[in-house]
Amino acid sequence: MIYDQARYTREEENHHEPLLSEKGQETVGPGESSPLPEALTRDELTLPNPSEPEVARHYTRLSQMNWAIDAGPYPLGSCTMKYNPKFTEDVAADPNGAVHPDRSDRSVQGTLELLAGLQEYLAAIGGMDAVTLQPPAGAAGEFTGILIAKAYHEKQGNDRSEVVIPASAHGTNFATAAMAGYDVVELPSGEDGRVDFEALEAAVGEDTAALMLTNPNTVGLFERDIAEIADLVHDAGGLLYYDGANLNALLGRGRPGDMGFDVMHYNVHKTFATPHGGGGPGAGPVGVVEELAEFLPTPHIREVNGSKLGYETYEPEHSIGKVHGFAGNWLVLIKTYAYIARLGDAGLADAAAKAVLNANYLAEQIDLEVPYGPFHHEFGATAGDRDAADVAKGMLDYGVHPPTTKWPEMVPEAMLTEPTEAESRASLDDLASAFNRAYADSDEALADAPTQTTARRIDQADAARNPRLSWQALGEE
Amino acid sequence: MLDAIGVEDEEELFDIPEAVAFDGEFGIEPRTEREIRAECARLLRRNDDLTEFLGRGHYGHYVPSIVDHLADRAEFITSYTQYQPEITQGFLQALFEYQSMLVELTGLPIANCSMYDAATALAESATLADRVRSTTGDVVLVPEQLRAGKREVLSNYCDGADLSIETYPMDDGIADLDALADRADEDVVMIYAENPTVRGCIEEGLAEIGEIADGTDALFTLGSDVIALSVLQEPASVGADVVVGEAGALGMPPAYGMGLGLFACAEEYLRQVPGRLVGAGEDADGMRAYTLTLQTREQHIRKERATSNICTNQAWVALRAAIHASMLGPDGLVDLANDCVREAESVAAAIDDLSGASAPVHDRHHFREFAVRTDQPAAAIAGDLEARDFAVHVIDEHLLQVCVTELNVGETDDLVEAFAEVL
Repeated sequence: MIYDQARYTREEENHHEPLLSEKGQETVGPGESSPLPEALTRDELTLPNPSEPEVARHYTRLSQMNWAIDAGPYPLGSCTMKYNPKFTEDVAADPNGAVHPDRSDRSVQGTLELLAGLQEYLAAIGGMDAVTLQPPAGAAGEFTGILIAKAYHEKQGNDRSEVVIPASAHGTNFATAAMAGYDVVELPSGEDGRVDFEALEAAVGEDTAALMLTNPNTVGLFERDIAEIADLVHDAGGLLYYDGANLNALLGRGRPGDMGFDVMHYNVHKTFATPHGGGGPGAGPVGVVEELAEFLPTPHIREVNGSKLGYETYEPEHSIGKVHGFAGNWLVLIKTYAYIARLGDAGLADAAAKAVLNANYLAEQIDLEVPYGPFHHEFGATAGDRDAADVAKGMLDYGVHPPTTKWPEMVPEAMLTEPTEAESRASLDDLASAFNRAYADSDEALADAPTQTTARRIDQADAARNPRLSWQALGEE
Repeated sequence: MLDAIGVEDEEELFDIPEAVAFDGEFGIEPRTEREIRAECARLLRRNDDLTEFLGRGHYGHYVPSIVDHLADRAEFITSYTQYQPEITQGFLQALFEYQSMLVELTGLPIANCSMYDAATALAESATLADRVRSTTGDVVLVPEQLRAGKREVLSNYCDGADLSIETYPMDDGIADLDALADRADEDVVMIYAENPTVRGCIEEGLAEIGEIADGTDALFTLGSDVIALSVLQEPASVGADVVVGEAGALGMPPAYGMGLGLFACAEEYLRQVPGRLVGAGEDADGMRAYTLTLQTREQHIRKERATSNICTNQAWVALRAAIHASMLGPDGLVDLANDCVREAESVAAAIDDLSGASAPVHDRHHFREFAVRTDQPAAAIAGDLEARDFAVHVIDEHLLQVCVTELNVGETDDLVEAFAEVL
């Protein structure tokens, strides 16, 4: 694949598409036209003032300078960059859904019924008894789940201070536990890449509030001892938290609830194909077993039996309160509902099968070693004595996005790869070809890469040493 | 593909022990695209078609068509976090521009490229205060009149940091400066104030609040929104250390509370900022290029010592807000903000002329919204208004709140007429 990304560059300038501010700004005096007393208004406001055609052209050019799943493979491990079905955008754009969160329950029955339906879908998929849709992202879901665990222990009269997390877990797990006020106990990986059961036995005890586990883990390995792990944690009085980042591998074949997990989050922008939007919004619904349902955030939605009112919002008895100012990311949740409804049981199971098939096929086609297995929807290839970040830069020139690099640390020079079910065999072959060409390229060629992208290699260390975070900061130079 | 892997069936690839395998059914019937569109449309038609005069943190403004058309370009919406900056310059530049617009609106030099919403941004500012303030105290002071949801989110973030929340009283809708000055001491790590307040009052004592915070080394966090900021006092000019609030007032239609958290702060807190930052640097050709920067603050590197656990954020909503702001330009933005003052005052005056109600309750200038005191119970009046297809907030036994924007300004006469019928 020969790839050339768009560049718009005037010869005399040291940048590509100019900043909006460079295209022309205007300064106005807000106080002059304001009905407010001068003391309550600002003196000046200086912002770009492009015409509508200029706005259209600016952002269209920026879009052309951006990689996206609709342009080609985007196999970032643990990010599950699926194709985002277009019809879900139209479903979400329904103006009847554009309502304010403070509307009375009786006036938004449609919204509540749809959300209640999504709660049920997610509960069934996760094997959970109740689901909140409020957390606006996966990390917010983790925070919600750990707050629920904390509230549960407090109600039991237990003061527990630790959360146990495998070294291979997402960074958010550690940060979440700390935000909730817990000490983190980091668990080293076993030789087979999975949880080291003996180390876990040593780590879990009366201080353990929860074990946070990703399953399959961050190199795609299923924790075969999950039933024993669950017993161990439960016997110590702790709860088992499921990080849903890798749920895509399990759809229809395993449910966290059946494995002994008590609380979990779903990354709907991963598993359920809502678009990632350049970094978000996502949504991180949280599922819990019956015993924890009384702690869910407020408001929760339920069907009202025997009343004219079909659905209502209410505050669960021992609710942890709120993790979002309102009800979370509605526009993302409605797309989730549409995606799950489109696939149904068979489609969801098929997504997992294809995702796992694609990962295994791709791993067979690449020249890089994959140290751990059998893996499911993603694998941690190692660049060996090459620098994984350099290999990734090389791949950029061959018309694909590279995998996640240098993580998790258990794989040396890791290239964590998750092609998802969306890729065809031909596109997996393109991806493999990009892997293999970059892996075989000389050190000099890799150091020079990328050459075909809008920007050449960026000196990120220098950008961090000398932070310039606005056009105002650039203007001061 | 199976041959290449060396298995006969993809089921062989699954390494899930029988004891924990799921071989049941979810019970979810697949539907066609057409059926799902019809189903969701049918469900959402069950929402009553009310004219909303609702605000209190979630605002409906008119979003120009171009915002949808540009933000929905697949190159934007189907991309992800810019871990490979060379191939994602477009989104990085858009976020850099968004940050720059917030820098202008707040007067503070650092703005991140999004939190989830105003409530989580406020909560993150409290944990920032905990990290950067050398005071021995652990009290976060917030106004007595604060949206309950915001307070609850703040409380959840404060618990883990061992911070406690206390309130300071209001004086006719704005901060009671004497009471605030009395309470402020070395126990206080942060003072939070809003402009406009949750009841739509324009705060008159911002500079004094800044001085009080300064005097006790507390962080001064100011809550606002991107439209209000374009005309109200610049936060930096009144000594704000952090500005939080709702940036989705631009770019987002009413979306059942989905928002965009604004977060800006002073230079000295740069390395303690939560969330993503886009910086400008250079590429190998010496061309200006953008990249996520100062990532050692973040969870994927710093783990439990990160400034926040945030990863996925509201980047696409930030893109929408930036496109909307570009379309308005400074003139359009200021006109919009000034209309928010004029229309609220004029509708309040019209309601005040009716018998059985007085408005605005607080003798202050207002932005977008205002409280109404009713002789009859407020909930009953709101119910009667809803029967006439208008939605307003009930905020107390005899208090309603009404929010006016360009989305409902054409129906304010009808609202006042309906008020006259139901009061």
